[in-house]
Amino acid sequence: MSAITTTAKVRAVTGNQAVALAMKQIDPDVVAAYPITPQTDVVQTFSQYVADGAVRAEFVTAESEHSAMSACIGSAAAGARTMTATSSAGFALMWEVLFVAASMRLPLVMTTVNRALSGPINIHCDHSDSMGGRDTGWLQIYNEDAQEAYDATVMSFPIAEHAAVRLPLMNMYDGFIISGAIGPLVPLSDGQVQAFVGEAPPYKHLLQPNDPITVGPFDGLHGWYFEHKIAQNRAMEAALPVIQETYDRFAELTGRRYHHLMTYGMEDAEVALVVIGSAAGTARSVMKQLREEGIKAGIVKIRTFRPFPTEELARVLSGVKAVGIMDRADSYGAQGGPLYLEVLAALYQRDVQAKTVNFVYGLGGRDLFPQNIEDAFRTLEAAAGGADLPYYRIYLNMKGE
Amino acid sequence: MEPFHAEPNYIIEEAPVFSSGHNACPGCGEALAVRYVLNSMGPKTVAVIPPSCIAIISGPQPYSSMRIPVYQTTLEASAASAAGIRRALVRQGKDDVNVLVIAGDGGTYDIGFQALSGAAERNEDMVYVCLDNEGYMNTGAQKSSSTPYLAYTTSTPGGKPNDKKDIAEIMAAHRVPYVATATVGYPEDLARKVAKAKEMRGLRFIVVLTPCLDGWGVPDDGAVRVSRLAVQTGFFPLYEVEEGERYAINVGPTPGWPVERYLETQRRYRHLTADQVAAIQAHVDHKWSLLHARAKVECVPMFQGAEI
Repeated sequence: MSAITTTAKVRAVTGNQAVALAMKQIDPDVVAAYPITPQTDVVQTFSQYVADGAVRAEFVTAESEHSAMSACIGSAAAGARTMTATSSAGFALMWEVLFVAASMRLPLVMTTVNRALSGPINIHCDHSDSMGGRDTGWLQIYNEDAQEAYDATVMSFPIAEHAAVRLPLMNMYDGFIISGAIGPLVPLSDGQVQAFVGEAPPYKHLLQPNDPITVGPFDGLHGWYFEHKIAQNRAMEAALPVIQETYDRFAELTGRRYHHLMTYGMEDAEVALVVIGSAAGTARSVMKQLREEGIKAGIVKIRTFRPFPTEELARVLSGVKAVGIMDRADSYGAQGGPLYLEVLAALYQRDVQAKTVNFVYGLGGRDLFPQNIEDAFRTLEAAAGGADLPYYRIYLNMKGE
Repeated sequence: MEPFHAEPNYIIEEAPVFSSGHNACPGCGEALAVRYVLNSMGPKTVAVIPPSCIAIISGPQPYSSMRIPVYQTTLEASAASAAGIRRALVRQGKDDVNVLVIAGDGGTYDIGFQALSGAAERNEDMVYVCLDNEGYMNTGAQKSSSTPYLAYTTSTPGGKPNDKKDIAEIMAAHRVPYVATATVGYPEDLARKVAKAKEMRGLRFIVVLTPCLDGWGVPDDGAVRVSRLAVQTGFFPLYEVEEGERYAINVGPTPGWPVERYLETQRRYRHLTADQVAAIQAHVDHKWSLLHARAKVECVPMFQGAEI
């Protein structure tokens, strides 16, 4: 949740308009994109800025997301600040080259408006697209609302381009729920954004005619692929403090303070829900009601998912009796959704002895009602009291239950 | 019919971009093509190369046979990658740098075609050279959509049942500024076309027939001879198309030379019956007549003189 100061000028915009505005204010060198619901009007709005001469960016209307990302990689390799946006099937089509962008250590910035993957064909929100891409080597930041998505976009290049990081970054927010719904936005001025983003720190562009090298080459039969991958992982580790430093610098400018994890009621919580994205708002309001009833409920919202803030999460959950992990993506045949597995590993490694329940919700845009959250908390209460749980994975608001 | 001849007096000017000591097979037709393409483009060039024999020739890390920056991209994305590089250069004001794709027929006719067609429709500013050895030779000679009718490949062991895709005509139909066919047996024609394309803007496309010794079943010293026979028998005419409609035939068939002279030089056609050879001959004759008509076509209004 983002505080909106009463003195600032508040605009009513969709999530997509908020991000398009941030892109305009950043004015990257190159944008290459392909339209897909519900990302479409991010790029559509930006192309109007291009047509109006409001930005200097080169705009490539690619014929597919694979080509859009490939053009972005070419552009960034040639030293241009480059952005794109996608959703769902488009994200899946980019899959192959997402790894290439990360392995070439290109500070691309992509907006991923979360949408379910086919099939059946479904245009609504869930997190199966970006969760499926969690091991592509991209930094991943999840945002709750339009303000967060805007702020995260403004903060992206300073993180991605940081000399210790040099990794591509994707910002997520929920399709339709945030992308298409109108919400409040307190934007920065163009000058503030330009000053915050600044110039890219000097680095050696890969493709320079005066300094010929080959990039992305065949690694040979006994090459350095392994070491290359380890270097990417070390950059991920280095990114964790850089992201927080950038959040802090942003707070100095705007008063809007972000952390890898945003916690609510966790000071004394006995039962807690770990959530990602727009569900955090619903969860927070239910939590407040339950606390009025005397239930010590808490919420942990995860913003930074890659790199995963393991230490911080284990610390926050260390006093809790039962934790519910809310996944908006399922993992077939696995022991839980992707967030559940991540949280479980963090708790086990740090010897945090909380009971855990995986709540899977919202697949293909299925509504998440306050009652569903309340049911989840009641389940956690029972678990905290010693009740045996029949299932480790509980589906919320499934038809026919 | 009179034979067509290349401009015999064209002097190839080579800049030393391509190095010896690369990883191509001895006698490789593709290495010869890479030499004339790179050395005609010159040092102010950024090359995009997808996985292919060309990438092997370019070099695994830490080696390079090319004294220019190279991006070894993914198989299907050469034209898109090149478009991104070009746009970055435009934004940086580096207008004097050439962006060059060198891709194989698999990366052009098949998996890379969508990106190529998209880049052509947008008329992205690049020279795109397809080194066409008529199959997936790097993976062991499988069929591509460039493999000719009845040719043996390891995935069409009975001979390919379908015709070769006509990529030059497809690209001409995109109405890009320049489309040309070339082959390594006519290096002066190839080098002239690359040099000409280099001076133009927009998407320029050159398909270069490059015999694969192993994939075609040709001896180590046979690439140039086979390449010339492809032209002399009318199997692969050398021509240019500007703006999708101005055709010029550079080298056509030598009158009286049957396609059998070309086919009999290669192991991949060894299984052909006399009827099959005749069918290929009829096909070659027909395609030549179509090209000849296009090159000499006069514009006649369709409804001239019609009464309304």
